[in-house]
Amino acid sequence: MNQLLGFVKKEFTHIFRDGRTMVILFGIPIIQLMLFGYVITTEIKDARIAILDHSNDNVTREIKNKILSSGYFRLDANLLNENEIDPIFKKGNVKEVIIFERNFAQRLEREGEVNIQVIADASDPNTAQMLYNYTNGIVQDYTKKKYAGFTIPVQIKSEVRMLYNENMVGAFMYVPGTMALILMLISAMMTSITIAREKEMGTMEILLVSPLKATHIVLGKVAPYLLLSIIDAIVVVCLGNLVFGVPIRGSIFVLAFLVILYITMALSLGILISTVANSQQVAMFISGFALMLPTILLSGFIFPIENMPYPLQLLSNFMPPRWFIDALKQVMLKGNGFTYIWPNILILSAMTTVFLVLSIKKFRLRLE
Amino acid sequence: MIKVSNLEKSYGNQKALKGISLEVAKGELFGLIGPDGAGKTTLMRILVTLLLPDQGLASLDGLDVVADFRKIRTMVGYMPGRFSLYQDLTVEENLQFFATVFGGTIEENYHLIKDIYVQIEPFKNRLAGKLSGGMKQKLALSCALIHAPKVLILDEPTTGVDAVSRKEFWEMLNNLRHMGITILVSTPYMDEANLCDRVALFQNGSILSIDTPKNITASFSKKLYGVKVETTAQRFECVGLLKELSGIDSVFSFGESIHITTVQQNIDETTVKEYLNQKGHQGISVGKIEPSIEDVFMELMQNEGN
Repeated sequence: MNQLLGFVKKEFTHIFRDGRTMVILFGIPIIQLMLFGYVITTEIKDARIAILDHSNDNVTREIKNKILSSGYFRLDANLLNENEIDPIFKKGNVKEVIIFERNFAQRLEREGEVNIQVIADASDPNTAQMLYNYTNGIVQDYTKKKYAGFTIPVQIKSEVRMLYNENMVGAFMYVPGTMALILMLISAMMTSITIAREKEMGTMEILLVSPLKATHIVLGKVAPYLLLSIIDAIVVVCLGNLVFGVPIRGSIFVLAFLVILYITMALSLGILISTVANSQQVAMFISGFALMLPTILLSGFIFPIENMPYPLQLLSNFMPPRWFIDALKQVMLKGNGFTYIWPNILILSAMTTVFLVLSIKKFRLRLE
Repeated sequence: MIKVSNLEKSYGNQKALKGISLEVAKGELFGLIGPDGAGKTTLMRILVTLLLPDQGLASLDGLDVVADFRKIRTMVGYMPGRFSLYQDLTVEENLQFFATVFGGTIEENYHLIKDIYVQIEPFKNRLAGKLSGGMKQKLALSCALIHAPKVLILDEPTTGVDAVSRKEFWEMLNNLRHMGITILVSTPYMDEANLCDRVALFQNGSILSIDTPKNITASFSKKLYGVKVETTAQRFECVGLLKELSGIDSVFSFGESIHITTVQQNIDETTVKEYLNQKGHQGISVGKIEPSIEDVFMELMQNEGN
């Protein structure tokens, strides 16, 4: 026990004495959370549009006012004819052009039907789709309010309510994902690097020729990073809550259990990597490429798993972050408890056990 | 204390040890002498249980290096060839850490390291990475000793250390031997062989000879002469010329002078000097000298080659 404590103390000294480690441990999580929270946003805000109004009557003016005062759109240019549409898209500032046909108010009055043409820049298809939806929504809303007295004989209305994230805030999606990414980065990458460093500096040679057992070395390496990762998790959850308003609807106890389980999984993975990597660079390469990219791409963090091709969907089942992010969202956003997330817990526990057994088996007690 | 018999070890096709046998008695200061790549490090790593032998047996204090590796790890002190302490920990932290790792405290065995540690104690708050070469070695030795090992295995502890520190280091080893610790030390410096009780001359994974330094030099069978010349350029030329002289057995450049051995009686100081004078080299002195370990080593290597 004293041996283990001595080892843990030594690890903390390494960590606190190395500025770069401290930056990675506490700087990167905050920066990453802010980046993902603010930069990668799927919400529309101040999208630049152009309007080609052939009628310019009181109805088109009302609709235009409504669109431009919504906060989603900003008028970049008033066009005079169709020939201006193509050049303005090519310039790239404008994402959408709205065209009102001739005699707009008149036709609406007489025929009861009139057309607005919406042209969107679909080189970014997601944004284009969203811009159209927003525009359509505003126009629908206008007609509904203006002709409140009219009733259409048969009508099926879909009333939409966005459960768990009423305002469709992107941060609700990114905070759990970022947490998975950060904890993976710190736990797996840092432990694999620190063990590889012992090998690189030759100190592993002395540690091996000592009564220390593999479990001493592994636990001694893991304990400090477990503690620091927990601190990071707390920072991320608090920042997510205070800055981005991501709620914690489930119990703190379940949340803590889930996070600690995930950290343990990542730490075991880090040790497993270090049993293969003999230098810090190799360790960094493996944890960087083999862990970061799948964590970002295949976990459902950014891209929905349901939309992936089938082989990738299968592959995503083997990505621990996938199960963590899913469970984390359930706990934080839906307020679910163990009753709902037990399959995720079971899968993460199984993965942890496999990684741990493999790494203790692969941990070499000699130099060869 | 240390028993090695018929030890073999290969790395791929490269044979690092070709059936080595040796015994080291308790309390002996035993030296492994030989150039880089001779197999000294491999032998030491097998003894400290870091490598597994392909063939043969090795034991420390009756404990087998393969079967009883856990027990061996509690009783052996090891200093690898490369400085292997934590450079970002201070002198004191390093010592403290290694004491704890072995389940002890610094105070418990302070008497063992006292003479060594007092020399670096003024710098106990300095990071180990910022120490000079000599001080690093003293710290490494302290860390290897802090658990009172029965056997101390030191891989080239004096390589890259200045002459004064080297001398001090050997004095420390001598003191430790008097405390009853068995010491196995390797070195590429032939002159350090004389400081050991017994030495094994290593070359290409084989042992050329095991004996006391005195007996080893006494075993030298040929007449040995030292040729002193004035300049380096002259030395190179003379080596070439001497190799052409018949009756000369071997010619080696030894630092500032040339060592030659003869097989024929008709060659002595005067003939060699006259020969070189004839070839236009002046200011040369030739004298009979006592063989050093290095001379024996060269002779053994030459025999091996033939």
